[in-house]
Amino acid sequence: MLPTTDSHPRAAHDFLQDPERSAWHDETLWMVRTKRDRMASRVPEWELLRETASQIKEHTLSQLSGYLEEFADRAEANGITVHWARDWEEHNRIVLGILQRHGAKRLVKSKSMLTEECHLNPCLAEHGIEVIDTDLGERIVQLEKGAPSHIVMPAIHLKRSEVGELFRRTMGTPEGLDDAQALTEAARQDLRKRYFAADAALTGINFAVAETGGFVVCTNEGNADMGAHLAPVHIACMGLEKIIPRQEHLGVFLRLLARSATGQPITSFSSHFLKPRPGQEMHVVIVDNGRSRQLARPDFRKSLACIRCAACFNTCPVYRRSGGFSYSYFIAGPIGSILAPNIDRKQHASLPFASTLCGSCSAVCPVKIDIHTQLLKWRQEIVAEGHTGWMKRLAMRAAAFVFRHPRVFRMAGWWARKFLPLANRIHLDPWTKTRDLPPPPNASFQEWYRRRGK
Amino acid sequence: MTIGLFVPCYIDQLYPRVARASWELLTGLGHTVESPEGQTCCGQPLANSGHAAQGEPCVTGFSQLFGQYDAVVGPSGSCVLHLKEHLEQRGDPLAHRIHELCEFLHDIARVERLEATFPHRVGLHQSCHGLRGLGLGRPSECQIPAFSKPARLLGMVGGLELVPLDRADECCGFGGTFSVQESDVSVAMGTDRLADHERHRAEFITSADMSCLMHLGGLASRAGSPVKVIHIAEILAGNAP
Repeated sequence: MLPTTDSHPRAAHDFLQDPERSAWHDETLWMVRTKRDRMASRVPEWELLRETASQIKEHTLSQLSGYLEEFADRAEANGITVHWARDWEEHNRIVLGILQRHGAKRLVKSKSMLTEECHLNPCLAEHGIEVIDTDLGERIVQLEKGAPSHIVMPAIHLKRSEVGELFRRTMGTPEGLDDAQALTEAARQDLRKRYFAADAALTGINFAVAETGGFVVCTNEGNADMGAHLAPVHIACMGLEKIIPRQEHLGVFLRLLARSATGQPITSFSSHFLKPRPGQEMHVVIVDNGRSRQLARPDFRKSLACIRCAACFNTCPVYRRSGGFSYSYFIAGPIGSILAPNIDRKQHASLPFASTLCGSCSAVCPVKIDIHTQLLKWRQEIVAEGHTGWMKRLAMRAAAFVFRHPRVFRMAGWWARKFLPLANRIHLDPWTKTRDLPPPPNASFQEWYRRRGK
Repeated sequence: MTIGLFVPCYIDQLYPRVARASWELLTGLGHTVESPEGQTCCGQPLANSGHAAQGEPCVTGFSQLFGQYDAVVGPSGSCVLHLKEHLEQRGDPLAHRIHELCEFLHDIARVERLEATFPHRVGLHQSCHGLRGLGLGRPSECQIPAFSKPARLLGMVGGLELVPLDRADECCGFGGTFSVQESDVSVAMGTDRLADHERHRAEFITSADMSCLMHLGGLASRAGSPVKVIHIAEILAGNAP
C-alpha cells in the first residue's frame, strides 16, 4: 500500500509510462461514458429521474435507522436471518460463523464490493474455506491473484489477449485465445461445475427494500442466481446505505443504474429475493464499517447515496489516465476519493487532490452526489490535520502573504516576469519541465491601466 | 452602469492583453469601466489546495475593492466562480453582481451583434468551471437542450469557423495546483485535448478561461504544435493579433 501525500501522482506516473496502454484505458472507458450518454439521452425524463433518485436517497439517509429496522423486521418475518455488523471484522466473523455452522468448505460469491472492503476472501481462506468469485471480471482478477481496478468492470486493466494468456495458464485453454465469446465460454464452463459443488452462496445487494424486507441483486451473467438457487445457504451482505423505502422506488433506481454504469438499458438480470426457498437458509448481513460516522458529517453524508454505478470513474479524466491502481483505496475514482478519507485521512491523503475539480463526476452521478465539492472539502480537512508536505504548506503560506499585500504582489509579479525567460530555458520547476510559459509582456495590465491616457 | 473590471492575478501579469480586450469590450458597450487599484488574487489557488482559510482575506479584499460597483466582470470563469461561491457563503450581495465576461455579454448586456472578424478555424475549449460551475453552456453529461453562451458570441464574429471536437467538453488537465502536483496526469490530459484540436485542424483554441489556455498553449509551444491559443475576449473585441 502506498502511503503519504504523493501516492496518487507517483502511481499515476508509473501508469503513464506505457502511453499506448494508458491511451487504450482512456479510450475504453470513454467509450463506456459515450454509451451512457446515448442511453441517457433516450430517456426524456432523465434529469427528473436523477432528481427523484437524489431526493429518495436524501430522505432515506435522513431516516436511515427507521428504514433499516423496518427492513430487518420484514425480512425476519419473511424467514430471513438478519445480522448487524459494526465493522469489517464483525462482518467476517458472522459470515465465517454461518459457514462453519454448516460445515461449508466451498463458497461461490457474486457481486460484492463489500466483501472486498471487508477482506473476506483472505479471512475465509485462512479458515480453509475456498471462495470462488463468479462474476467474470472478479473471477479474472481472482485467477490473476490481483485486485479489481474498477468497481463495475474489475478487470478493465487487462486486455483481452492478457485474459487469454491467464486462462491458458490457469484453466488450460488453448494458446492465443483472444475472442471475447470463447473466453467467456471457457470461464462459464469452468464455473458451472463449481456452482454444483458449492456448499453456500454469497451475494451482494444492490437495493434492500424496507417495505417488503426483500432485496435486489443486479448482474449481467445470472451468476448470482445460479449460486443462490443451487446452494443450501444464501448469505447476502450489504452496506447499511443500500436501503430504499419502497418497492416502487426500484422503478427509479433500476432505470438509472445500468444506463449510468455500462450504457445498458438494464442489467440482464435484476433478481428479486424475498424469502428462502423451502429447505434453504437465507441470511442478510448489514454492515456499518464507518458509514454511520460518514452519515454524521453534514458535508459528506451525501456520499452514502452512492449506488456504485461507477459512472464517475468512466467520466473522470484523471481516473481514465491514471488507472484504478493509482488510488490507494479499493474503490477508485472520484467516489472512492470521497469515501476513503472517512476510513483513513493520512493513508489516503492524496486522493482528494487527484482531481482537477472539473465537476464531470457530479454532473454524471445518477443520484446527484456533489462529488467534486466534497473533494474540495476533504482537501481542507486533510490540510487542517497536517497530512500534507511542509514544502506545500510553506509555499501556500508565502502565496497567501503575497496576495494580502498588493505592493508585494506587484513587485513579485515584476520579478517573475523578468525571471520567466530563464525559467523557460532551464526547465527546473514542475511546470516548465513539460510546458512553456508564455513570453512575458513588458507591462502588467495594472501598469498599463495607470499609465493610460497620460 | 459602472462596471468594476476584475483582472485575475495571472492575467494581470502574463496576459494584460486579455484584460485590455475585456476593458475595450465593456467600454465599447457604453459602460463606465474601472479597474480598481490593489487587486491581487481571488484566493482560489489557496482554497483548491486545501488552504481556504488563508484565502479568505483575498475574498474580503475583493469585496472591499468592488463592493461599490453596479456589476463586476472578470475574464476568467474559474476565478469568478470561486468568488461567487465564497461571497455567497458569506451572504455578500456582491455574489449576485459578479459575472464572467461571456455571461455578462450574453445575459446582462444582451449583445446581439459584434463588429469583430476572425477568419480562422477555432476550437472552443469549454472550461469546466465556466461550463459546469457557472452554467455557460450545457455540459455533455446533462440531458437538457444544448446551448453555449461563448459559442453563441463567437457565432457573431465574422469569418470565424467553429470546429467540432471529438470530446465536446473534456477537461484540459490544468486544475490549478493540480498541474504541478499531478503533472503527469495533467500533461497527459492536456496533450489529448490539444490532439483533439489538431485532428480537427483548428488554428486556434479559444476559451473563457485563460488558465486552461496557459496550460494548452504551453504544451503546444513545447511540442512545436501549429495550434495557437487566444482568449475569447480578444476575438470578441476584434483585436486579435
